[in-house]
Amino acid sequence: MAYVTKSPWVIHYDGSSCNGCDIEVLACLTPMYDVERFGIINTGNPKHADVFLVTGSVNEQNKEVVKQIYEQMPEPKAVVAIGICACNGGIFKECYNIQGGVDTVIPVDCYVPGCAARPEAIIDGVVAGLGVLAAKREAMAKGGSIPAPEAPAEEGKEEA
Amino acid sequence: MNGYVTMIIFVVAYLVLAPLVGGFLAGLDRKITARMQGRVGPPVLQPFYDVGKLFEKEAITVNKVQDFYVLCFFIFVLATGAFFFAGLNLLLVIFTLTLASVFLIVAAFSSNSPYAQVGAERELLQMMAYEPMVLLTAIGFYLFAGSFDTSAIFNLSGMPFFYLIGIFVGFVFILTIKFRKSPFDLSMSHHAHQELVKGLVTEFSGKTLGLIEIAHWYENIFLLGFVFLFFCNGTWWGYLIGVVVCLATYFLEILIDNSFARMKWQVAINSAWIVALCVGIGNLFILKFLLMV
Amino acid sequence: MGTIFFLILFPTIVAILLLVLKADAARDVVVTIACIAIAAGSIFLAVQYFTKGTQFFDFESHAVNMTMMVIEIILAIIIVVLAIKYKKILAAVFAIIQTPLVCWFELTKGHDIEVANNLYFDRLSMIMVLIIGIVGSLICLYALGYMKDFQHHNVGAPDRRPWFFFLLFIFLAAMTGLVTSNNLIWMYFFWEITSLCSFLLIGYNGLFHSKENEDKVATNNAFRALIMNLGGGLGFAVAIVYLGTYGGTIELNKLLAMGNASQVAVIVAAFLAFAGITKAAQMPFNSWLLGAMVAPTPTSALLHSSTMVKAGVFLIIKLAPVLNGNYAGFMTMMVGGITFLLASFAAISQSNGKRVLAYSTIANLGLIVVCGGIGTAGAVWAGTMLIIFHAVTKSLLFLCVGTAEHNVGSRDIEDLDGLFGKMPRLAMFVMIGIAGMFLAPFGMLISKWASMVAFINAPSMFGFENILLIGIICFGSAATAFYWTKWLGKMAAVVAGTENIQKNVHRSEWTAQGTLVVLTVVICLLFPFISSKVIVPYLNEAFGGISDLAISSTNMIIMCIMVAVLLLLIVFFFGRTNKKIVNIYLSGVNEGDNLQFEDAFKAPKALALRNWYMESYFGEKKMNMIGDILSSVAIVYVLGMIIAFVIGGIGGGM
Repeated sequence: MAYVTKSPWVIHYDGSSCNGCDIEVLACLTPMYDVERFGIINTGNPKHADVFLVTGSVNEQNKEVVKQIYEQMPEPKAVVAIGICACNGGIFKECYNIQGGVDTVIPVDCYVPGCAARPEAIIDGVVAGLGVLAAKREAMAKGGSIPAPEAPAEEGKEEA
Repeated sequence: MNGYVTMIIFVVAYLVLAPLVGGFLAGLDRKITARMQGRVGPPVLQPFYDVGKLFEKEAITVNKVQDFYVLCFFIFVLATGAFFFAGLNLLLVIFTLTLASVFLIVAAFSSNSPYAQVGAERELLQMMAYEPMVLLTAIGFYLFAGSFDTSAIFNLSGMPFFYLIGIFVGFVFILTIKFRKSPFDLSMSHHAHQELVKGLVTEFSGKTLGLIEIAHWYENIFLLGFVFLFFCNGTWWGYLIGVVVCLATYFLEILIDNSFARMKWQVAINSAWIVALCVGIGNLFILKFLLMV
Repeated sequence: MGTIFFLILFPTIVAILLLVLKADAARDVVVTIACIAIAAGSIFLAVQYFTKGTQFFDFESHAVNMTMMVIEIILAIIIVVLAIKYKKILAAVFAIIQTPLVCWFELTKGHDIEVANNLYFDRLSMIMVLIIGIVGSLICLYALGYMKDFQHHNVGAPDRRPWFFFLLFIFLAAMTGLVTSNNLIWMYFFWEITSLCSFLLIGYNGLFHSKENEDKVATNNAFRALIMNLGGGLGFAVAIVYLGTYGGTIELNKLLAMGNASQVAVIVAAFLAFAGITKAAQMPFNSWLLGAMVAPTPTSALLHSSTMVKAGVFLIIKLAPVLNGNYAGFMTMMVGGITFLLASFAAISQSNGKRVLAYSTIANLGLIVVCGGIGTAGAVWAGTMLIIFHAVTKSLLFLCVGTAEHNVGSRDIEDLDGLFGKMPRLAMFVMIGIAGMFLAPFGMLISKWASMVAFINAPSMFGFENILLIGIICFGSAATAFYWTKWLGKMAAVVAGTENIQKNVHRSEWTAQGTLVVLTVVICLLFPFISSKVIVPYLNEAFGGISDLAISSTNMIIMCIMVAVLLLLIVFFFGRTNKKIVNIYLSGVNEGDNLQFEDAFKAPKALALRNWYMESYFGEKKMNMIGDILSSVAIVYVLGMIIAFVIGGIGGGM
């Protein structure tokens, strides 16, 4: 069994949002939910992180940032989109500067809907992400490299 | 011949047991911290899971030399503890520790990353803050025992603690810096402070980071060994007191960690130097006069 | 004895030859051959007397004495003329007082004093001769390439290289004479020559230049150095006169034989130590060495490592047996200790590479001075080791900074960013040099360790000064580690997008630096041998034995093993990785080149990293002021007491 499922360190990034989901992510770390029980630690550093939690939608300003943070995370890694904005742009979807959900720039492994997503749902989402991590780790242990995820569609927003 | 055998046994025991005990203590630390904060906290073996995970991660680095420095850091941290438990000269031990710390700092510098570099500068500052007190501790032992060798101090008939109370207090004070506990966890922290991202270790990942973590366990055990030395008097109950005080000190550091917010670097250097000056040098003066009388 | 004469006369002849040679090619050949000959000569001398212990030579010649006196008078006249020309009257005053004083003494009282041995050679001299011969000639070799660049960088300045090389070689000759003279008047003669040479070298860009070419700072700094050193020389002259009058001798070995309880010896030692303190640039006289930075780098390297300041500490270490446990020693150790602590602090606030090196030199000399002032066998062991390691490592660092300055265009540590990419070999050399200055298995640390032990074990006069010195060394070492490591970090930083420019470096520069790097490492591996075969025998003669070494042989061996392990690690692991190389973390806005990030307006912005200088803690001015005051108090207190005693004694006696 891979250790990564026992010690998933997360990094969270808030895109264009009302900050509601962002605060719910932090709520997971409080004594009430205490995700450290599962070995989850919030790191501020992609190079130490295993799970990328994104809240809020992706806009013109931050799409490169989201991409770069994702790229700087070492494999195996998983992405969890938290809240409806991160899933597909949500309430901001039609704004002039919004590109859409997180999956328009990086591959997403789990979607946690909600406005705002509840901490229980977020924890569930991360736990679901652990399965992805375990699978990736196994692939790494067997064959070395992980198949590159398909590039997300760059267009989509422009047409809308 | 017998001396050499004991020496080798101690060194091997240190090299094998220190990471186990150190990791376990780190897990205990996280558990106790969680309880102090009204949380359940991770399993006690969590630090081992973390390091296991780090060794499973993809191997990346920011340049070709960084890993070399970290490797040297690791080797010399091990050497520091090994020298200590082999009963060698305390000054040799301290200087080797400095060498190891410098390697870690240079590793962070080599990345030329702003976060790592600020972390490295702060680590360096912390080193400057604690170094005088560490040296004074060794000198205190020398004045008392007439030898720098830990083996000689280990078998003393009197308990150094009674003559070196001031130095003991000073040493426990700088232990907060060495254990990277709040309020002096300036260069990097085990908590989710994100002021400097991860400071010193920002650019290390995977195995490299795992190695640093293990080195810290080794280092912590060796530092507790220093605390233990204050209570050696050649009898079993002296050793027992030593172990108990080590654990109490460790608990105290956890308590301090949870009671303080991170402070500015000025506080770290001012307080550490003032403590070293007052209780460290003050204690040496008193000891010197006691020995003259 | 012949070899000693060779080492004094040969560099002098070469110097005169270089003064008349104007062609580059000819100078290259002469300097290279002379350097090899001097280095070989000093090694030969060491081998020749290696097994013999201390040797005295009774070489007696009235002609030599007279020649020296004539030269001394000529030099004094030169100083007076220059001092008047540049309106530095104090220099003239010092010269006018001391030269006639010594001449008067020599012609009257000194005439009757029987000098049994004018020259000697013991193991301390052997160490000094090797340092002067090897390190000194490497610096001269380096100067060949450096001065070509220097001339190239200073277009329009008259080519005065013959003069420069003349001074360098005279310096080497004078130093050899200084460390082998048993006759104090001879030593004083060489002492004054080194003062004058350093004055002329520091003023290289200022003195004798036309108004428009003159570098005023160089002239002023040169005179500051001259005035301070002449002040020390005056102390030397007084010491000779007093020793001749009341001790009836002018021989060094007889002075040492008087012991640390003899009143005459203590008084003489105090004045000689004062001379040593000025020459070793201790506070409050440290400003002359910092001012010496205006000169071309080989000058700084020479002054800092193998000559000049080493003459000061050599004298103090030599006097250690009579400084032990009396007021003269107390003054010496206090001045050294204060200087060590405050110069180490001041180095933190400096960003100019050469100034960091200068403060570090002053600090390390301070430590050697303390060792001499304590004057026990253990302390002298540490002090001698410090002299050896410091000479080699510091000259390496100076030569490296000089080369960096010519190729990068700055000597500021902040501008040396990315040296690891631009000049990898030079950066490695600097890193080895820095490691040699303060890190564990290397030389300087070994000596610092030994001095720490010596401080604790020294018998204390008042009961408190040991602990005080221990405190000083603990805090000073912490500061030392700080300023070296931050520089080391700068050197180690791998900055992206740098271009390798090290092909422009002259071969003579690489040769000198490479040899010094090898020496730095080899001495670390050989130091147990140096200790047991050279220093311990010396201590046996000077102190009647050393009870036990500060560093046991086990620890010495462990240190050597550590050096070896480190070398192996470097050979097998340095710069090798099969990991994927990725960009650094810049909050997700790295432009992809590790040098720029994207700002809020989506425009690229360059990233700049700067070191800490902690000006509010360790500001240079503040440190110098405190140091000057404290050390002046120590000097004035002890010397004042002694002068009062002497005057009282003379008055009472008459």
